[in-house]
Parts: sequence; C-alpha cells; structure tokens
Amino acid sequence: MLSNFGSILFFLIFGAVFVCVNILLSRLLQTRNPYPVKLSVYECGELPEGNSWIQFNIRFYVIALIFLIFEVEIVFLFPWAVVFKDLGMFAFVEMLIFVGILLVGLAYVWAKGDLEWDKPEQVPSPELYRTDNVNSAVKITESVAS
Amino acid sequence: MNITLFDTIFYLLAFLTLGSAAIMVFSKNVIYSAVGLLFTFFGVAGIYVLLAADFVAVVQVLVYVGGILILLLFGVMLSNKITNIEITTETLHFLPASLVVIGIFVVLYRVFITTDWNPVGSYNFDPTTHEIGTLLMTDYLIPFEIASILLLGALIGAAYIARKD
Repeated sequence: MLSNFGSILFFLIFGAVFVCVNILLSRLLQTRNPYPVKLSVYECGELPEGNSWIQFNIRFYVIALIFLIFEVEIVFLFPWAVVFKDLGMFAFVEMLIFVGILLVGLAYVWAKGDLEWDKPEQVPSPELYRTDNVNSAVKITESVAS
Repeated sequence: MNITLFDTIFYLLAFLTLGSAAIMVFSKNVIYSAVGLLFTFFGVAGIYVLLAADFVAVVQVLVYVGGILILLLFGVMLSNKITNIEITTETLHFLPASLVVIGIFVVLYRVFITTDWNPVGSYNFDPTTHEIGTLLMTDYLIPFEIASILLLGALIGAAYIARKD
C-alpha cells in the first residue's frame, strides 16, 4: 500500500518540478514586450467590458451542495462495494435502505424545482446598439499603433 | 535521532500543511486563502497516508478537496458585493478574538499533554477499505443508517436555505 502512495508522491513532486522548470525556462527564454492590450481579458472577437469578478448565479451553489451530499454517499458506497460479495443479501438490503433514504432527498429537491436551471430573462439592452464600443475599439487600436 | 525517509516525508507534509494554513490565515485575498486551504487539505491527506489510513486519505481528497473547497470558492464568488471591490479580509475585534484563541489553545494543549497517547509503535500498511466495509455492515450498522438520515437532513436544509424565495 505504501509503495502505491509512494508513486503518487513521486507523481506529485514530478508534476510540481515540471511546472516550475518550465515556467523558469520560459522566463529565461522569453522576450519582453508588454503593452496594455496584453493585460486585457481574453474574449474571442469581443471587447471585454467590466471585470471578470462577477457575482455567480446561486444555482451553481445549490447544485454543488447537492453534489457534495451525494459525494459523501459515494464515500460510503466504496467500502460497501468491497465487502458486498462476502456479506451478500444482507449488505445489499442495508445499502438499499441507505440509498433509499437519500433518494427521498433527491426526490424532494427534484419536486421542489431546485434542480431546474433558472435562466435569467434575456432582455436586449440598449447598450448593445450604442456605437461607443466600436469607438473604444478604435481608440485601443490607435493607442497600440502609436 | 535517526532521520529516515519516512520521517523526512512526514516533516515535508507537516511543513506543507502548516505553511499553507498560515498562508490561508494571513492572506488578505480570499481566493489566495482558498488556494492555501487546498494545500492544507492535501497535506493532511498525506499525513493520513503515513498513518496507514489509506481510505481516510482518499476520502479527504475526494470530499474536502473535490467538494468542500469548491463549495467555499462558490461561496466567495456568490458574495453580493464582489464587483468593483478588492476581495480582502481585515482584522476585526482583536481583543475578544485573541481571548477566544488563547482559550482554545489552552484547552487543546491541556488535552494534548494529559492524554495517554498510547502509540502503537509499528503498524502495517494494509489496505483498510475491506475492514471499514465489514465494520460498517456489522458492528456499526445503526450509525451507518443514521448517517443517511443526517445526509438527508443536510440535503433538505441546504436546498431550503439556498432557495431564492
């Protein structure tokens, strides 16, 4: 068992060293030519507006919570699966009860609509039709050129 | 004192755990704190491995790193006032906090020195999952089933609190 974890440790150390060496190498080899556009948020074909720090939809949190509960259930399933063959029908019924109780919870959140992904209403904002964005794009291009 | 490879790995893991815990506590940026916590969890998982608790170590990575940390990050990102301010922590209520911390430290230290730790000496590194499964299905059957009730309560409570209306 310990030797298996030894290879995991080796893997972790190798991964860390690999990343460090590569970052160091690129640091040594790169040319440096910084200008402001390089620092802008990468958006494919769009000019980024505002910060990337936005408030997340609460839905992510609910789904993550439900996921966490069932992940803990999975943790109990692993040792059960290992001994299932030895204990047979008894262990099977036990796990049926265990999973059954948790299925009540799943049915609850399902019926209450917590699993629904509520989409915000799409309202076309007048911002999109303004020409300021185009102008600012031209400005940035000019500032790069000068 | 004879320092073996085992001891070296233990001290490395302890250093990783404590160092990243210190980063977590002292960092001004909540996201950096969360990343520090990630390494703390990994370090604790490594110490579990050295204690021959392989199942607990894997569960530590699976649940704490894979679940709870993500939940924490979501919690940070869900914060209402996240836009246009630096996500920082600051020191508040210095005196009451130090009193509480010193109190907890005294209690823990007392437990630490008065407990008869009864060290096992040497232990063998066999996989523990089979043993845990057998005990769960026989001796600890009732706690096992009660755990599912607890999880059910947590699930319903969490869904209820997080609901918008």
